[in-house]
Amino acid sequence: MRGPELRIEHLTATHRRHPAVHHVSARFAPGSLTALVGPNGAGKTTLLRAVAGLHAPDEGHIHVSRPDGAAARVALLPQQSGMDRAFPILCRDVVLQGLWSRLGAFRGASAEDRDRAAHALEAVGLRGFERRPVSDMSAGQFQRLLFARLLVQDADLILLDEPFNAVDARTAADLLAMVHRWHGEGRTVVAVLHDLDLVRDEFPDCLLLARRKIAAGPTAEVLTAANRLEARRMAEAWDDAAPACSQAA
Amino acid sequence: MLEGLFGPFVEFSFMRRALVGCLALAVAAPVLGVFLMLRRTSLTAEVLAHGVTPGIAAGFLIAGLSVPAMSLGGLVAGLAVALGAGALSRATGGREDAALTALYLIALALGVTLVSLRGDTADLTHLLFGQVLGVDDEALLLMAGVATVTLPALALAWRPLALETFDPSFARAEGARGGLWHMLFLTLVVLNVLAAFQAMGTLMAVGLMMLPAVAARHWARELSGMAYAAVGIAALSAVAGLLASYHLDLPSGPAIVLTAGLAWALSVLAGPVDGLAARWLRRPHLAG
Repeated sequence: MRGPELRIEHLTATHRRHPAVHHVSARFAPGSLTALVGPNGAGKTTLLRAVAGLHAPDEGHIHVSRPDGAAARVALLPQQSGMDRAFPILCRDVVLQGLWSRLGAFRGASAEDRDRAAHALEAVGLRGFERRPVSDMSAGQFQRLLFARLLVQDADLILLDEPFNAVDARTAADLLAMVHRWHGEGRTVVAVLHDLDLVRDEFPDCLLLARRKIAAGPTAEVLTAANRLEARRMAEAWDDAAPACSQAA
Repeated sequence: MLEGLFGPFVEFSFMRRALVGCLALAVAAPVLGVFLMLRRTSLTAEVLAHGVTPGIAAGFLIAGLSVPAMSLGGLVAGLAVALGAGALSRATGGREDAALTALYLIALALGVTLVSLRGDTADLTHLLFGQVLGVDDEALLLMAGVATVTLPALALAWRPLALETFDPSFARAEGARGGLWHMLFLTLVVLNVLAAFQAMGTLMAVGLMMLPAVAARHWARELSGMAYAAVGIAALSAVAGLLASYHLDLPSGPAIVLTAGLAWALSVLAGPVDGLAARWLRRPHLAG
């Protein structure tokens, strides 16, 4: 498998007209493994949500194109806060949600599909959890469960929003191994991360964001002291009296 | 004993009709209630029950106590409140529950005013409290028809509704058309409120929808289990409530809702999932 290329051109995405992502252009090569870093409020989540089709951009374009021209499958691992973790659903059924693009609202899951779900649970270290309700799980276990769903989704562009938050070292290592496996399979992976040591050690490419793009490229060239200082200078608060952007179309 | 349980239904046709009507309500409405509860919109049903009143009252003004006219009016008014509140809160950036509250208070007052324009106190009582023991053929057909439509529709909408409730972002990213299914769901809620309204009146219409659903949370840890539990509790409450109203000479609508309330209280106390008794018993913890 050769993952798709992700190209972002002049992207602006706003919350109540204030830009969270401001005129950002970037290219993620097919099969690349990129860390998306930047201070809080830098627009990392908004960028991922825009790529996943969950946040309509105000301006600019997002292109996801596979080398063979087929439609790319995009999967997003969101932050857990948007989910109802008390919902009465079994782990197996959460994993089976990953088959939505094939099963849709009506088709039943075959024995093979159930097998796949069981294997995915095993792969994330949740063997034997098939019939447990998600409300029983810890935050770390829940994150493993979401990885199992991603695994079943079998997407070729994978977007991870703070995938290792609130998980212990062993879980983080397991999940990181899975990210590397996806990378090895040629999928294109973009992950929002805060742990810069981890980024330096494990992620070949990096995009440093502070609403606008600060730097992009090989991680060592991006995470320089000068670049990080510049990212930190981003004002956290919106300017309520900001005029319309001069570059706005 | 047996005579007390079955006698009233064997002897009186109005009791049999009430039983059939209430059982029809009990198989469909509580499942909707379970979804409303899980979506944290339990109050929506209550709001819709009041929201349908001006439409029902308008139907009453035009055609008298006619089930088709009142139901049609109620359907229009209920959908207007349900969709209007959603649109209003999105447009003004406010909270949906606030918009719903404003709309239903207006709707209830408007409904009562409209009925008073033409009807007398008996009509108003009928509107507010319903008449389980006076359901006619048309009302019975409406209740059975709504249940017949609701169950298959829910079966179709089951997976998207569950997915949308559990993880709305995922549903959107996967193109699960959550909005469309949500509309269908709200329409079903309005229909069930209208059916219940015939028997229980505007003030109690959602009793059989929400109380069994909230009680079911204490009996199952998985969605379909909750749905079964809710339907079971609703059916038992309907039968027990009707019997209580017959033997103790209580108003039947409130008797049914009170029975459902009793079932809820018992569930909170003794239900296996998060029941109070389990906490009080303090059984020793397990080894692993």
